[in-house]
Amino acid sequence: MDEKRNVFSGLKVVAFCWAVVGPLSMKYLADWGATVIRIETSRRPCTTRTSTPYKDNKPGLNRSGYFNHFNANILSLALNMEHPKAIGVAKRLVARADVVMENFTPGVIERWGLGYEELKKLKPDIIMVRQSGFGSWGPYAQQPAFGMILAAMAGLPNFIGWPDGGPLPFGIPAYTDCISPRFATAALIAALNYRNKTGRGQLLDLSQFETALYFIMPAILDYEANGREPERIGNSCPYAAPHGVYPCKGDDRWCTIAVSSDEQWANLCQAMGKTEYITDPRFNTLANRKKHEEELNQLVSSWTVNLTPEEVMNRLQSAGVPAGVVQNAADVYNDPQLRQRNLFWSLEHAEMGKFTHLGQGFILSKTPAQAWRPSPQLGEHTEYICTKILGMSDEEFVELVNAGVFE
Amino acid sequence: MLEGCRALDLTDENGFLCGKILADLGAEVIKIERPGGDPSRRIGPFWADTPEPEKSLYWFAYNSNKKGITLNILTDQGREIFKELVKQADFIIETFPPGFLDKLNLGYSTLSSINRGIILTSITPFGQAGPYKDYLASDIVIMGMSGILYQTGDPERPPVHMSLPQACLLAGADGAVGTMIAYYHREATGEGQHVDISMQQSAAWFLADAIPFWELAGRIMKRTGIFRLANRSVQRQVWRCKDGYVFFFMVGGRTGAKSFSELVSWMQAEGMADEYLLSMDWENLDMFQVNQEVIDRISAPIERFFLAHTKQEIAREAVKRRISICPLSSMADLLVDEQLKVRNFWVEIEHPELNARLTYPREFLKSSEKECATRFRAPLIGEHNEEVYTQIGLSKKDLSRLKEAGVI
Repeated sequence: MDEKRNVFSGLKVVAFCWAVVGPLSMKYLADWGATVIRIETSRRPCTTRTSTPYKDNKPGLNRSGYFNHFNANILSLALNMEHPKAIGVAKRLVARADVVMENFTPGVIERWGLGYEELKKLKPDIIMVRQSGFGSWGPYAQQPAFGMILAAMAGLPNFIGWPDGGPLPFGIPAYTDCISPRFATAALIAALNYRNKTGRGQLLDLSQFETALYFIMPAILDYEANGREPERIGNSCPYAAPHGVYPCKGDDRWCTIAVSSDEQWANLCQAMGKTEYITDPRFNTLANRKKHEEELNQLVSSWTVNLTPEEVMNRLQSAGVPAGVVQNAADVYNDPQLRQRNLFWSLEHAEMGKFTHLGQGFILSKTPAQAWRPSPQLGEHTEYICTKILGMSDEEFVELVNAGVFE
Repeated sequence: MLEGCRALDLTDENGFLCGKILADLGAEVIKIERPGGDPSRRIGPFWADTPEPEKSLYWFAYNSNKKGITLNILTDQGREIFKELVKQADFIIETFPPGFLDKLNLGYSTLSSINRGIILTSITPFGQAGPYKDYLASDIVIMGMSGILYQTGDPERPPVHMSLPQACLLAGADGAVGTMIAYYHREATGEGQHVDISMQQSAAWFLADAIPFWELAGRIMKRTGIFRLANRSVQRQVWRCKDGYVFFFMVGGRTGAKSFSELVSWMQAEGMADEYLLSMDWENLDMFQVNQEVIDRISAPIERFFLAHTKQEIAREAVKRRISICPLSSMADLLVDEQLKVRNFWVEIEHPELNARLTYPREFLKSSEKECATRFRAPLIGEHNEEVYTQIGLSKKDLSRLKEAGVI
């Protein structure tokens, strides 16, 4: 089970993680070559292991499409942390690790005797990354939270919705779960380089609530400077018109168009075969187009509705107008651009068969992310980790198995 | 942590956050703008609603902790100066269309011949290569292509776009991660590389369970508005309260049982829990199997209960009882939020030119080793020309000559 060579070859990560935010963070390191050991237990399996869709609609801890989608390259160690002997195994792993990641509700890791101060005793230069909903301390620290409600706490739904309707959740439920890992990983790698230079480890404490606020900063400044609270404005934009989502031929098919200059407006009119509108006093400037926006949107819709979204995109892109398909999951799955960029990895999984695993979000020219192995079955690498990595004797391993440590 | 590293930041709004993260981590980040200022300074909102290049709040938000110089890389002299800067830099971040720097003979191969260790991070709508690489885009177009937009909104209405651009932030943060991975590699090998960020891909990266649902079940995830779709039921996740909204969704099993039983005991204390709620066995509530009738009977009293309370009352009690409910915060709420206050999240930064102070996030993480705080406001146009250019041996006289020639 030797790792292939990549940026983080030889780097050892132990992860006590749950749901999405932790696994997405470890994924960066694993996909670039680190040995990432995820500690799990069948006593209380990760919520993503018990999530639909299941392979062939048959539930099972190794059959969830959700879990198996984004846990490639990870080693799984089944360890029942409620068992007194489990802590000892975890500590042996920590003693030889570079990084410990965790995202449980604050207090859990301390209860196991694996708080930062304890970890430091085991490995003086350890780097610990914590990522809970609200951060590991403070009055809300103990409140259980999920990405969808944390996004509300950070105010994001204020920017989603129609003027005549209420706030709406963001289109992917775990949004703050995919914001925080980016901040955490950038900081973690900087911390690793810092450790390599100075010999010093550290504790990095992140809060999903706090990192999400970086995604609405201009609006917070707008409130401070101008006293303005956000309003729901549908698909309109103060700096562009037409700007929005337009109906296309087919069932629930839509395209986007965003015109931010008079030149693009002229291009759009050409493409629609309505050159008379270029100089029409209702539409000839951005200010006039904004003033007559409803009429404008109807006009554009009456053109798009007879075309497929792909036709709209192709015609308008060749005409120099920003436009695209509102892609659904099937479109994204087949998207030639994303495919060329290797977003998805097709890997053979023992229970899933040939299954699409999530790759990485970006490309490094000399050291691209690589798929070494499919998402792990729960506890798949327990024996390997204990005997080969920790060097346990067979007798000790069997004794611990029989004691129920590896459930 | 990145003290001693230098980044040249040529980005427009599509890449601001990348350099901001590196700057917060301690790198010296130098924003390079065209003479007269970058067009992205025209993005609102503005201080006192005054649309001037030195008053863009959008610019302020993501360029604090950066220095600023002006340089016209379209001129021969400008390019020569840029190459001098590259010699002393670790990272270059840019958002030009694919091929633009190559045409100026400033592409990755040229830059790496000047400085073998240089890391070039490019952030574009669709990436450096591929069928869509030259496509024009804005946030709504990219979010549409990412799969997120399709899933946002009410089922009976068109998809609705989050009006504050997000793809640039997801991509900008990915830019910081990619730059750091390349940096780790460089520290081991001495060689730099080209980091290629696609905003579409950064947004599409994690669509939760949408891709496996398509692949395994042939099901396309649709818009569900304020609801959440389970196997046999639809569950509310956005609830009205007395003065706004709270977000709460039902989670089954052991995880959800804690929240449910605490919520019900709070409702009971106020005489608002009905017999049905009190009789529920929350540990055995399976959200996968539960039917609509059960959901409706659970929801009705909860709906009435939330309507009878303000979001602050609900938030306070939710924290105390550890119930998974959050209010929808207004901007005003965030600035006085108790958790953020205790964690010292906000910091006031001086803007002497405006004769004002503005409140910013202090740092995106708490490090036991290094403070990663916002220290100073975004740069004015050309604010650090003298400081930066004298380091590469230009005299004040050179600078005024270059200014006249339109190079800086």
